[in-house]
Amino acid sequence: MTVPAAQVETLLRELAPQVLGAVLRRHRDFAAAEDAVQEALLAAATRWPADGVPDNPRGWLIQVASRRLIDQVRADVARRRREEEIASEEPAAPGPGEATAGPDDTLLLLFMCCHPALTRPSAIALTLRAVGGLTTAEIASAFLVPEATMAQRISRAKQRIKSSGVPFQMPTADEQAERLGAVLHVLYLVFNEGYVTTAGPDLQRRDLAIEAIRLARIVHRLLPDHSEVAGLLALMLLTDARRGARTGPDGELIPLDRQDRSRWDRAAIAEGTALVEAALARGQVGVYQLQAAIAAVHDEAARADDTDWAQILALYGLLARMTDNPMVALNRAVAAAMVHGPAAGLALLEPLDADPRLAGHHRLHAVRAHLLEKAGDRDAAIAAYRAAAEQTSSRPERDYLTTQAARLAAERA
Amino acid sequence: MKFMLLLNAPRGTGDWDIFSWAPEDFQRHVAHLKRLGQELRDAGELVSTEGLVGPSQARIVRAGRDGAPEVTDGPFAESKEFLAGYWIVDVDTPQRAYEIAARQSSAPGPGGRPLNTPVEVRELMSNVPASDA
Repeated sequence: MTVPAAQVETLLRELAPQVLGAVLRRHRDFAAAEDAVQEALLAAATRWPADGVPDNPRGWLIQVASRRLIDQVRADVARRRREEEIASEEPAAPGPGEATAGPDDTLLLLFMCCHPALTRPSAIALTLRAVGGLTTAEIASAFLVPEATMAQRISRAKQRIKSSGVPFQMPTADEQAERLGAVLHVLYLVFNEGYVTTAGPDLQRRDLAIEAIRLARIVHRLLPDHSEVAGLLALMLLTDARRGARTGPDGELIPLDRQDRSRWDRAAIAEGTALVEAALARGQVGVYQLQAAIAAVHDEAARADDTDWAQILALYGLLARMTDNPMVALNRAVAAAMVHGPAAGLALLEPLDADPRLAGHHRLHAVRAHLLEKAGDRDAAIAAYRAAAEQTSSRPERDYLTTQAARLAAERA
Repeated sequence: MKFMLLLNAPRGTGDWDIFSWAPEDFQRHVAHLKRLGQELRDAGELVSTEGLVGPSQARIVRAGRDGAPEVTDGPFAESKEFLAGYWIVDVDTPQRAYEIAARQSSAPGPGGRPLNTPVEVRELMSNVPASDA
């Protein structure tokens, strides 16, 4: 009874975080638990394709991993006894109920990896490693740092969780909302890292967007009634649908209004739109749902000119009431300009100059440049495009902004 | 976010000033930077670091006729300080990069006094455009 290796691999990928979560509930040592789970996965990957998948594959993996972990603890204890002659408590073997641990352990693991004691970059690395099952080398290459650097970052994150003494159990109802917010934010950041990838040497970063969508799907399956989880998954799908049209042959950025919309992924748009409509209908509106709704309005327009800007402006109005994120205020100004003309958009930018989070920010200059150009103030637009190009740390954006300034300057000459 | 920290070193008569230091001063200086490097490695913040050979070995090259290299030998009288090496760090905030730069700048010189040499901090460009959501 042989099973295709690829099928086993897919199954193991899904089970890995559940098994790690189950093992972690008994043994608090993150690094040791992860090693034991890796060994169990390796054993399964070698044996299952030939021997067949056991009836309860999750239980099998938990048993094997727990046994390895206990062996390891016993060996450590014996060594310590020999060396220091001190007795240490041994963990109990897993009980029969242990093997029934379910997908909730994936959620538990996500809560742990997105722990408040960790910085966002550490939480991202740990989530991709422990929940996503990416290798340290893959994560390092996605974030363009050496493997040793990423290995240190991940091991520090595990240490930090261990020393924080937070119990590995489901957070209380009060805490859950906040912790879930952190999980969603981490997945959102992973998605953004991958989505923006253009081509060439960064191609592997694309995997991050796929991974973020996969993880968001898992969370959505675990919490199907949670509107913001659905909203985030919808936002990812509706944004990722435009990937094929977002960059030109040399990796240069193509703005939304000039994209070839026939290259958008219709299936992803349909799935994302259905998700966000269902979520909004439940009435628990949140920031991810609103951003997804805005993305859906863009995606629905057959041509850029058909875009329902009045609806987008209304949605940004709602969003601005829920978050003080200055990027929302910027995008709202763009929408206002599309509905009421560039002067209205420029007026909304005025107060943003005083926001320390935006002062000198390249996005503020870039939006102003765009609106000044629409208003016909070419000289001011050129200056603003140049200021934006100077401030940005993104090469594709710098190239785009520099080209806009050069184009306007050439028109003037 | 990644930053390149460009370390400048004072130049003596044509080459590093450091070559004329007492051995214990030199060792203290090197030990300070090695310790910092290890700390950054342990924290998962160090991406790479390289030192450069002395300025007497530096050449300035310009393309001449037909793109052929035209090479000028040093020393180059215009600068009192010379690029000695660079570190690339991956940190959460610019403030953290400035902290690291200050540690480098305070590496001890003759008599164990901090050198306070200038460190130029530059953010690396990425190939990542911001999201258009």
